[in-house]
Amino acid sequence: MTVSHASKSAPITGAEILVKCLAEEGVEHIFGYPGGAILYIYDEIFKQEKFEHILVRHEQAAVHAADAYSRSHASKIGVALVTSGPGATNAVTGLATAYMDSIPMVVISGQVPTHAIGLDAFQECDTVGITRPCVKHNFLVKRVEDIAETMKKAFYIARSGRPGPVLVDIPKDITIAKAVFDYSMSTEMRSYKPVERGHSGQIKKAAQMLMQAKRPIIYTGGGIILGNAAPLLNELVDTLGYPCTNTLMGLGGYRASSSHFLGMLGMHGTYEANMAMQEADVVIAIGARFCDRVIGNPAHFGSVPRKIIHIDVDPSSISKRVKVDIPIVGDVKSVLTDLIAQIKEQGLNVQETALADWWKKIDAWRGRKCLAYPMNDTVIKPQFVVQKLWEVTKGDIFVTSDVGQHQMFAAQYYNFDKPRRWINSGGLGTMGVGLPYAMGVQRANDGADVAVITGEGSIQMCIQELSCCKQYGFTPKIINLNNRYLGMVRQWQEIEYGSRYSESYMDALPDFVKLAEAYGHIGIQVTNPHDVEPALKDAFGKYKDRLVFLDFITDRETNVWPMVKAGKGLSEMILGSEDL
Amino acid sequence: MKHLISILLENEAGALSRIVGLFSARAYNIDSLTVATTEDPTLSRMTIVTSGSLDTIEQITKNLNRLIEVVKVMDLTEGEHIERELMLVKVRAVGKDREEMKRLADIFRGRIIDVTEKTYTVELTGAGSKLDSFLAAVDKSLILETVRTGASGIGRGERMLKV
Repeated sequence: MTVSHASKSAPITGAEILVKCLAEEGVEHIFGYPGGAILYIYDEIFKQEKFEHILVRHEQAAVHAADAYSRSHASKIGVALVTSGPGATNAVTGLATAYMDSIPMVVISGQVPTHAIGLDAFQECDTVGITRPCVKHNFLVKRVEDIAETMKKAFYIARSGRPGPVLVDIPKDITIAKAVFDYSMSTEMRSYKPVERGHSGQIKKAAQMLMQAKRPIIYTGGGIILGNAAPLLNELVDTLGYPCTNTLMGLGGYRASSSHFLGMLGMHGTYEANMAMQEADVVIAIGARFCDRVIGNPAHFGSVPRKIIHIDVDPSSISKRVKVDIPIVGDVKSVLTDLIAQIKEQGLNVQETALADWWKKIDAWRGRKCLAYPMNDTVIKPQFVVQKLWEVTKGDIFVTSDVGQHQMFAAQYYNFDKPRRWINSGGLGTMGVGLPYAMGVQRANDGADVAVITGEGSIQMCIQELSCCKQYGFTPKIINLNNRYLGMVRQWQEIEYGSRYSESYMDALPDFVKLAEAYGHIGIQVTNPHDVEPALKDAFGKYKDRLVFLDFITDRETNVWPMVKAGKGLSEMILGSEDL
Repeated sequence: MKHLISILLENEAGALSRIVGLFSARAYNIDSLTVATTEDPTLSRMTIVTSGSLDTIEQITKNLNRLIEVVKVMDLTEGEHIERELMLVKVRAVGKDREEMKRLADIFRGRIIDVTEKTYTVELTGAGSKLDSFLAAVDKSLILETVRTGASGIGRGERMLKV
């Protein structure tokens, strides 16, 4: 063996290999928290300059931040690093959140040494077993020689097909054992071959069906965002002139400022979107999954005859809750490219007269003005804050939210024109994601402006990250819609549980202004509607480079309308308290 | 309706628990499950007997295919196939029952593979329904112990599940 060859392929430690793998994948930031089982890895992180490590204050936040890092950027992928045992169990909520929304992400967890596995060692848990149902895939690496290939597969699996989080569990002894680093292996797997192109015959049939539609609707979800297909969706909708509705996860997929946009559909969707979905004769679903929060009762939805075209990268999403007439399995970007080409080839020939009648009907539904709310001169309405935020920021910033009423107000009143601007936990509905999400957004997007629309319940679930924000200069503007209630729970209790507000009231709330100040940030309390706009302007103006905690004391018992009660049909909406 | 699902999967630690986990997480039934390595030691072959509506079975096969370690899935029940299961039954064999047991085992083409003064152990193979019939034919009070492997299935003729 020659000297040069030896130096090129000299064995290095597993920890060094891992760090090299991350560099090879182009990772620029990782979110994590150290602990005993991953100290060799942290030692290597200390010695390198390829990526920045952001020290969170709780592992759950590391995973949420990595999740939003992926959500908010078209090509970057979030990475989180946690230790064994409690580090891994704290990561579970973040994994499940990302899994439900199909977010690509790689989480690396430390594990006790291989010889100690199964012996109830200190900080041992069966991480692979615990996380199995809430990841796309996971690995326990048992030999140092396998680290590189496993990492390469992990990134490939996370990003390809229907994306999702992948966890790699690495025992401590593996990180100090040595092997030669090689990252040139192929990711080819006989058992994993995601579909790319859609079936051309099916696409042809879909184009024909779309041309014959008299009452069409284009219904799209998170798949458009994740598949970077928003420009194609805009082209499709504008070419056809058909109405378009987005799910909660799909907002920004089609520009909200277009007259073809009907708003969000579903449980808290607009009257026009839900009515159009129910009465359409042809529904084309793209990267959406007809979930219970979207179509309500599937039997009620199915009671009306209609044709459904469903485009999805995951065959198991098709015909899961509703029967589909034309299934098309494939990457949305590829399928939409082919579909638009097919429509052009066949010649655009929509049913003009029927379509004009359909739009007339839709405009009548729009006339109900389902999102109107009573203004108030003395009490701040939560919807008003979101509307003002949209105006002040010209509808062009990143918005993260937590989970609850404020999330729905954000979705209804902040009109997103671009994809990847609306960052929230749709599937799992995880309270507490808002602040760590903002951290991930800012790191992936060079410190871009971000608002965290939250409530006094949710924000306290990851409040400790105010400290991380201080350390790394994150500057989200926290829009706390503080109604002193767990608002969504209270709303359900009012409607379904005879107004018995069981444990939905929070007593002894902290002084959020002082709390923000204690962490070194700016806190502002706003109690008067007239002060809402000036406060927002200050936050995004003179305090642009600071984290600002805006504590809006809002109307206590405002409800989110419209509402489709659980188990009801889409056209059985409640538009306001008068319908109860 | 009963379905036999054949699965070819990577012979890796954890692959079995992913499949079992999928069935429990999505509330699918497992009537029986058998698994062993194939002639290629990197692959395992599994037969799952399950039941459900056609929609459920479609979701089961789709979700199995979603698992990273699953190479191929086939619903054997969709076509011509053969199903076999092995059962060992220990029966009380004294007095007049001793001769009766021998005769019954012969009728079902079973073999007596262990004999004591008071017991026989009968080995039977066949489709699950045949094994059920044998158990139904024996007086319940004479059955001391049964152990069944669960069904293994294979397609007839050119119908194959291969990489």
